Amino acid sequence: MKRRTLWRSLASIALLAVVAAGLFFFLPHPLPAVAASGAQPRGAALLERGRYLTVAADCAACHTVDGGKPFAGGLPFKLPFGTIYSPNITPDRSNGIGAWSDAEFVRAMRSGVGRHGEDLYPAFPYTSYALLSTDDILAIRKYIATLAPADTPSRINDLVFPFNQRRVMRSWKLLFSTRRPFVDDASRDARWNRGAYVVQGLAHCGECHTPRNLMFARKQDEALSGGEVDGWKAWNITPDRDTGIGGWSSADIAAYLSSGHAPGHGSATGAMRQAVDLSLSKLSVQDVDAVVAYLRTVPARRVGPEAAVVAPTAAVRASGPWNPAQDERSLGSRIFAGACASCHGWNGTGQQNSRAALLGSHSVNDPAGANLVRGVLEGSAAPGDVPQTAMPAFAKAYSDVEVAAVANYVIGHFSGKRGTVTPRQVRMARID
Amino acid sequence: MIRLTVNGRQTDVDADPDMPLLWALRDIVGLTGTKFGCGIGQCGACTVHVDGKPVRSCVLPVGSVSGSITTVEAIGETEAGKRVQAAWLALQVVQCGYCQSGQIMAAAALIARGPSPTDAAIDAAMSGNICRCCTYPRIRAAIKAA
Amino acid sequence: MTRCAILVEDDLPDASRRRFLTAGALLVGFAYSGVARAFASEPDLRRIGAYDAAATGFDGFVPDGFIRIGDDGRIILVVPSVEMGQGIATGEAMMIAEELEVSLDQVEVAMAPPDVAAYTQSLLKAQATGGSTSTRAFFMPLRRAGAVARTMLIGAAAERWQVPPGQCRAEAARVLHDATGRSLAYAALAQAARRQPVPSEVTLKQPADFKVIGKPLRRVDTMTKVNGGTRFGIDVQVDGMRYAAIAMAPTVGGTLRSLDDAPARGAAGVVDVLRIADAVAVVGLTYWAARKGLDLLEPVWDQGPHAELSSDTLAAALRAAGGTPISGGRTGDPDGVMNDAAKSIQATYDLPYLAHAALEPINTTIHVRPDGCDIWVGTQVPEIARIVAAEILGLAPEKVMVNNHMIGGGFGRRLAVDTIQQAARFGRQVDYPLKIIWTREQDIQHDRFRPSYHDVVTAALRADGLPTAFTHRTTGSTVRPYYDRRPWPADKLDPDAVAGAAELPYSIPNTRSDWVRQDGPVALNWWRGVGETHNVFVVESFVDELAHAAGQDPVAYRKALLRENPRSLAVLEKAASAAGWGKPLPPRCGRGISLHDSFKSHAALVVEVEVDVQGEVILRRAIAAIDCGIAVNPNSVEAQLEGGTLFGLSAALHNEITFKDGRVQQSNFHDYRQIRINEVPPFEVLVMASTADPGGIGEVGTVSAAPALANAIFAATGIRLRSLPIDRNLLAMEGSDDEVPSVTSGLLEAAALVGVVGMASSKADRS
Ligand code: FES
Ligand code: FES
Repeated sequence: MKRRTLWRSLASIALLAVVAAGLFFFLPHPLPAVAASGAQPRGAALLERGRYLTVAADCAACHTVDGGKPFAGGLPFKLPFGTIYSPNITPDRSNGIGAWSDAEFVRAMRSGVGRHGEDLYPAFPYTSYALLSTDDILAIRKYIATLAPADTPSRINDLVFPFNQRRVMRSWKLLFSTRRPFVDDASRDARWNRGAYVVQGLAHCGECHTPRNLMFARKQDEALSGGEVDGWKAWNITPDRDTGIGGWSSADIAAYLSSGHAPGHGSATGAMRQAVDLSLSKLSVQDVDAVVAYLRTVPARRVGPEAAVVAPTAAVRASGPWNPAQDERSLGSRIFAGACASCHGWNGTGQQNSRAALLGSHSVNDPAGANLVRGVLEGSAAPGDVPQTAMPAFAKAYSDVEVAAVANYVIGHFSGKRGTVTPRQVRMARID
Repeated sequence: MIRLTVNGRQTDVDADPDMPLLWALRDIVGLTGTKFGCGIGQCGACTVHVDGKPVRSCVLPVGSVSGSITTVEAIGETEAGKRVQAAWLALQVVQCGYCQSGQIMAAAALIARGPSPTDAAIDAAMSGNICRCCTYPRIRAAIKAA
Repeated sequence: MTRCAILVEDDLPDASRRRFLTAGALLVGFAYSGVARAFASEPDLRRIGAYDAAATGFDGFVPDGFIRIGDDGRIILVVPSVEMGQGIATGEAMMIAEELEVSLDQVEVAMAPPDVAAYTQSLLKAQATGGSTSTRAFFMPLRRAGAVARTMLIGAAAERWQVPPGQCRAEAARVLHDATGRSLAYAALAQAARRQPVPSEVTLKQPADFKVIGKPLRRVDTMTKVNGGTRFGIDVQVDGMRYAAIAMAPTVGGTLRSLDDAPARGAAGVVDVLRIADAVAVVGLTYWAARKGLDLLEPVWDQGPHAELSSDTLAAALRAAGGTPISGGRTGDPDGVMNDAAKSIQATYDLPYLAHAALEPINTTIHVRPDGCDIWVGTQVPEIARIVAAEILGLAPEKVMVNNHMIGGGFGRRLAVDTIQQAARFGRQVDYPLKIIWTREQDIQHDRFRPSYHDVVTAALRADGLPTAFTHRTTGSTVRPYYDRRPWPADKLDPDAVAGAAELPYSIPNTRSDWVRQDGPVALNWWRGVGETHNVFVVESFVDELAHAAGQDPVAYRKALLRENPRSLAVLEKAASAAGWGKPLPPRCGRGISLHDSFKSHAALVVEVEVDVQGEVILRRAIAAIDCGIAVNPNSVEAQLEGGTLFGLSAALHNEITFKDGRVQQSNFHDYRQIRINEVPPFEVLVMASTADPGGIGEVGTVSAAPALANAIFAATGIRLRSLPIDRNLLAMEGSDDEVPSVTSGLLEAAALVGVVGMASSKADRS
């Protein structure tokens, strides 16, 4: 081949690449027309369906701040490269999404594209919501349109370059997003398919429970085997006996989803507490049942055996609510006696409220105490709690050493393992 | 209507099931010996016994109480309660007295498990009860004397 | 005894009446060996006839505001100070009883209603309780009252028997004529005593003849405090009463902008929604109904002018304050000496805002009628409470009855009447009795706080290390305007600002104390130990620094400065020797001492601590020595020293109130932490025998606490903490934050000590 020709070929390939890249990064996103199917209910039934789906998708969790107007946004998502704030999704025309068309709404939910064609960050779980049927997305849209408009302006994100360039998300999406609604697996029954739809799409369990790769994308081949959100561990919920929920009865799983607590398995805290209170506890019995059925069939993975939940120790079994089996005088046990035992009990069963049960919970079986430390520091409150039922945040009055000591004591007392929490770890876990 | 057994007597209370037992006792049953201190299970002032077991009535929904409730007004009718009250008087534990209902209920449950508890057992059972007057040294001594 | 039980019974709701009687009978069976008597649990003096004897037709002997003797044998002692745990009801009853010649089990004790004419206290110049002044102020007046009544009763008996009064004497509520063996009970003399002339001169007993004062008697209020019978303000139940749960503007100086009350109005059990300028009340049939109703509301607040307020800006303002210092006192030529000194040392100290956090949350019950008002509350200032309520209600003060109750811990909080003003503003909007209960969160966040301070202390040292000059500049606000409800003149000294700094127990020839006033927007109040808690921490920490700089033992150093103060020297030596001062301790353990003369008492405290490698502070032992003059009731003196010291340690270890975005950041006991029984060390109190006039005791221990702790931490670690609360992060050894905290610690040793010393020091048997 002649040099010249070669040069030309290379040049045209390069040009093509530039053009392709230009098109890829700058071509406007299409806006496909949308329409509900004939099966979509109407009137009040449609609104009720939309309300149910909005709750199941837990839109409020991210789009409402504590003490703020519902769905008015503003919740910060702190990332290593800056902070993203959830936007106002009330029907306010200038600050919310009141002016959006149905097609724009569906496109956002399915492809992560904003009204003006801008690419959305995947803190908004459109990679899961993409699985929702058009009918469901439109039902959500209908319901949200009936909410009280809030004139709260959406906060501007605060990200460093290049992450503040939304177009960068296009390549991420190319690699990791699905953009297609869920398709039933014909080899499975309706219950299973419904469960898969809820777990993968509507309730987007994998957003927290599936580990992520370096590009922040979910590792689908390790689905639901445990992830991390905001420093909290989201435990393995595959059917592995020790490290997952294989040892739980179906009734246990159902109880946990609907109340945040299952006897002998402890209680939900942190983000899971919120997911239960705001969303999962409000799922229909049928949907919970479907979720359980589906979870039972996902591939079991054994992950983090050191944090596996073990049977209650003899010491705990011999303890009463107000008395530990052995005389304890360590720093950790003294703090537990003063600040913790009144609600949790030395036997870990929850003195006044099962929500305070610690026995069998994953948090107290993890020697690293990641969730335990966060729980002690931040407490466990959820919006809509009856007054005086939440665990308070102990961060202000207890030192790093004390929090570490009480965490290690709790791990030792309830799981028999040796906790490894250090004061430095506690200091890092403190917010602000 | 929620049916409660309080100090050996059946009482029907017309209350929201999530009303803490504390307020049902104070505002409806009319027993004000049980005190409100913090409302979050951190001070012990509201301690009562349900089936002999001490609980924090400020965080116990009245709708979920199934056992028989004993309050400070009747703890003197139990053997342990009588001994604890006698020791409290003999050692002159009280100052303002506001925490003492809860202290006595916690101590009575401890003494009911057996006399002469160790210091560690006293710590485990009593550390959830705050006394802002700091009568702690006498509480410890009185439990030992009870 | 029976009468007393009836009095209590009347105050119980029907549901518990029978039960109480049973419990009461059981208790009476074992409890009394003759020296204690239940306190009337809801002392309504109008009903028992002790308040306005004439108006209520009380037909008996009423020599003054303090004593009521009926024909039926009832003897009621009306104590002028408010009982909030400090034992004053017992102490004051003892003063009257001593001279009246009655024993405590022959009397009933009631708390005084508002009546400035009868009950004004000479040191506070008001009908008020605080500042550890009650015993000092009332020691003579109450004894005199008892002696006057005794003289009149003896006079009546002498007249009846036709013998000279000098031949008669009184004992155990009877007048006796020894020569003839005749005697008459006070009850039988009540009518005749009324007609006796009131003596202008009476003879008081000699201390050597005291039968009551100086004895470690049981308190008069313990019985109903162990069986739930005591009615605190929060326990008041009035016919037709409704409960209010409130929301208050969260920021300092914030106000209510708007409120949509519809959601609460429709809620079950909700009766009313009320508004005032800076708060909202939801009124319910029960407190819980009100709370739930309140939860449905979203009041919109105006943040007010201090929405940006933060602890950082407050502290910076304090440090930068440059106003003209107001002199708090001067001796010699401190500035001249300081300028010429070969060696001088300076240090700065910082103290935080503090909340009172008494265990009984703020509450007020109020019933406003067109022609008058009843208030049921526990207050340290019943008369001021009446006046402020009357102002708001547009009533004459005498139309407002303050039914004062025992207080579940005061510590100064109930000197403020903001809560009573709030109750009046809500109460006048309704015609039923309204009980307002603050949550614990509100009690802490809307407290009136102990001010924060910034202090600079300087000393010039002689070659032998002893100070020749000592200057102390305090920067902080004054509490007075919040109490007086009028401005405090800009150039006038608030003695509280320099209390404990202006007069030192030590002989130092040249001293100066001054105050830079720096007012801010945060509402303030006195806190247990008042000015002394702040200044003595600075002085006693700094004296420790001086001893260290001089290379001398802190006790020896102080002794050298106490040659002219034998009472303080004695308590110092007493505490030090009891603590085994100088005996070796394990590593990272240390003893610290503090000394002060406050409230006319002299007190020394030794605290022994262990500081583990990660900075945890473990209290190992505490020994207090006190000379408070005549100890009216040594039992109360010990109790106050124990409780007061631990109260101060609790704050020094754990407490500060901080502000951010205009609001208080702490809220309840999980973040405004309190010392618990398993942090409390074995405690010993040594009371010095004395015949000097009684000094105050309620706050003495609190004043001693923080400096002894900080000095002990220094002894254990070599680290000087100059601000409170102690910062454990500063005490950790390098690199220790990567270690897993050890599961055992020196505590095991401390635990063993508790067993031995705890019992020995409890002075177990007082029966
Ligand atoms: S009031 Fe229940 S624990 Fe404090
Ligand atoms: S006696 Fe006052 S709070 Fe305990």
